[in-house]
Amino acid sequence: MEAKQATPVKYDMDVVRWFTIMAVVYAVVGTLIGVYVASELAFPFLNFDIPEITFGRLRPLHTNAVIFAFGGCVLMATGFYIVQRTGATKLWSNTMAWFTFYGWNLIIVLAVITLPLGMSSGKEYAELPWWVDIMIAVVWLSYGLNYIMTIGIRKTSHIYVSNWFTMGMIVMITYLHVVNSLAIPVDMATAYSIYSGVQDAMIQWWWGHNAVGFYLTGGFLGIMYYFIPKQSGRPVFSYRLSVLHFWTLTFGYVWLGAHHLQYTALPDWTGSLGAAISLSMIIPSWGGAMNGMMTLSGAWDKLRTDYILRFLVTAMAFYAMSTFDGPVMAIKSVNALSHYTDWTVGHVHAGALGWMSMISFGAIYHMVKKLWNTEMYSDKLVNVHFWVALIGAVTYVVAMWVSGIMQGLMWRDYDEFGTLTYTFVESVSAMHPYYVMRAVGGAIFNLGTWIMLYNVIMTVRQAGAVRGVNAVAAKA
Amino acid sequence: MSDHDKIYSTKFQDKIERNTLLMFVLTAVAVAVGGIVEIVPLFYLPNTGMCQNDPTCNNTQHKDLQGNAIPMDKIIWNPATSAHKTLADWQPGDGVRPYTALETAGRHVYIREGCFLCHSQMIRPFRDEKDRYGHYSIAEESMYDHTYQWGSKRTGPDIARVGGKYSDEWHRKHLKYPRDVVPESVMPNFFFLEKNPVDTVKLTKTLEVMTQMPFNPVPKTIYTDAYIAGAAKEVEGKTEMDAVIAYLQSLGNHVKFEEGVNYRD
Repeated sequence: MEAKQATPVKYDMDVVRWFTIMAVVYAVVGTLIGVYVASELAFPFLNFDIPEITFGRLRPLHTNAVIFAFGGCVLMATGFYIVQRTGATKLWSNTMAWFTFYGWNLIIVLAVITLPLGMSSGKEYAELPWWVDIMIAVVWLSYGLNYIMTIGIRKTSHIYVSNWFTMGMIVMITYLHVVNSLAIPVDMATAYSIYSGVQDAMIQWWWGHNAVGFYLTGGFLGIMYYFIPKQSGRPVFSYRLSVLHFWTLTFGYVWLGAHHLQYTALPDWTGSLGAAISLSMIIPSWGGAMNGMMTLSGAWDKLRTDYILRFLVTAMAFYAMSTFDGPVMAIKSVNALSHYTDWTVGHVHAGALGWMSMISFGAIYHMVKKLWNTEMYSDKLVNVHFWVALIGAVTYVVAMWVSGIMQGLMWRDYDEFGTLTYTFVESVSAMHPYYVMRAVGGAIFNLGTWIMLYNVIMTVRQAGAVRGVNAVAAKA
Repeated sequence: MSDHDKIYSTKFQDKIERNTLLMFVLTAVAVAVGGIVEIVPLFYLPNTGMCQNDPTCNNTQHKDLQGNAIPMDKIIWNPATSAHKTLADWQPGDGVRPYTALETAGRHVYIREGCFLCHSQMIRPFRDEKDRYGHYSIAEESMYDHTYQWGSKRTGPDIARVGGKYSDEWHRKHLKYPRDVVPESVMPNFFFLEKNPVDTVKLTKTLEVMTQMPFNPVPKTIYTDAYIAGAAKEVEGKTEMDAVIAYLQSLGNHVKFEEGVNYRD
């Protein structure tokens, strides 16, 4: 492997730099909107009687900003970074990568405009209007084509494991986005799904859960398999485990969407099937989490001094926790309690704040140092960011777990006369302290992203004139 | 021998890892299976509310307590066999029907304001949900819901059967300033809906679109050309507030459920 990589390759890293910068910016913006919508639920006066900022219009903007703006830019930055370095080649098309960059950011700008105006398609995590959906398909395919063609022209013999996961994500998200977004437009603002009722529900959650499974998990596992070994300087713990991890997850994750629809009007077998496969997904998920963590075996002491590694390893802990929490919630009797409650919100954020964001922050810090060929402006601030993010995430998740279980128990509670103990609104008012706590947790987490923004800006400024770094191919 | 040629897994896995196209194709197949198995049958099985051009809805059979099949036109309103022939004549209990013009306009506002983010429209077959919200929801009830609105979160209560539970006047007060009626509520104030007239161009186009759907379109016998042409007139002078209230009042009272009958098998 070494021999072929002797000549340094000049990579196309400008586009990666810009995706990285935008990812940092969107981390701040996306979580800030999140804090605001969380505060609206704690203190409804914050809706300020302005239609554009009411909870119902702003919440989709929060989810779109964190998933597609922040998550998307992280995936595209790391994707283009990893595929070049593991293949010891430039991008297949640098021009197309820039098209992806401008296209993706244009879509984000359009989301900021259309969602507050109420141009919602009515599908969770796919609220954007139909013509933006078409743009997403085009830009996503430009990313996918460029990525896969770059794998195709690699100079190395084998395709590195990170690229398997990213390829899986590219294919699956294309399927999901196209099938789920099929709609007949009424005008520029409105379109209605071609499916209705049961079929629409199943397709929506096939999309909804696999956006989590392939985009927010698969794509970020690609990050894990590259950056943990690179940052720790240790090879991936087990190659065979990564093969198992990839194929079982790729084949199995697709089935999970149905667990969102247990006890609904769908035929019972769909929810049960979703539950059964969800439970079995503990095996590959934990295999993968172990693979990431055990990569550090023999180098655990690095956690004392390497703050970036702290992010990456903590992310694996949250990944393991979320992938335990999820299957438990998919068990039908647990789901009967947890569905429709804040427990789901807590679960999602354990994944989003603890796993996805942590691994992203770690990858971003790692890349910033390499991309600008410098040290971080302040390593101390990286450490501060780590603790702030961890405290924020835990505060948020604990608040939602407690409120969710409490909600579920209150709704189903009967008194000694056989009547419901609580009215619905009593459960709403009981949530208030937890909604405040959630907003505080989110605000703490958001503070961390500001610290990262400051640190990254200062690092880039400090790197100053150093441009066009001659990077050396990774020993992937 | 360099490590290029050493196989660490199996010959097949090694081959995949060396071949971009092979890996792409196998991945594309692997990720397709689950979705096909779970989604495609829902278009062909009974009890999925798939009723287009097929009055039996893929041989859906709800059996009453004597074991006799309940005629599907008792579940889904059919103007040809019902005593009530038009949307205006339809009575609660006549069976599932598409939304009237005003309700359709209200449904648009419901989606636009993101109401589905906090209110579900899917009652599960549990004792507490029956006591709190009413009979569990069945597939046919959302067959005309293009872009389904089941929701995933109950920050507010389920509203699948809210129709007729409160007066129009209560809804108006509550929607305008929820905390005037329910002090603990965290719902935003929707007073501004009263200032907006119903968008009749959008409405007329929406009704047309609903008849063009590839799956479960509204039959042209219900949304007749005359009905669509008269829609703008029907909602004349109505505000978005009136429309949303009409939509809410239409929810959940379409089917007359019989005690003890299993409607999901």
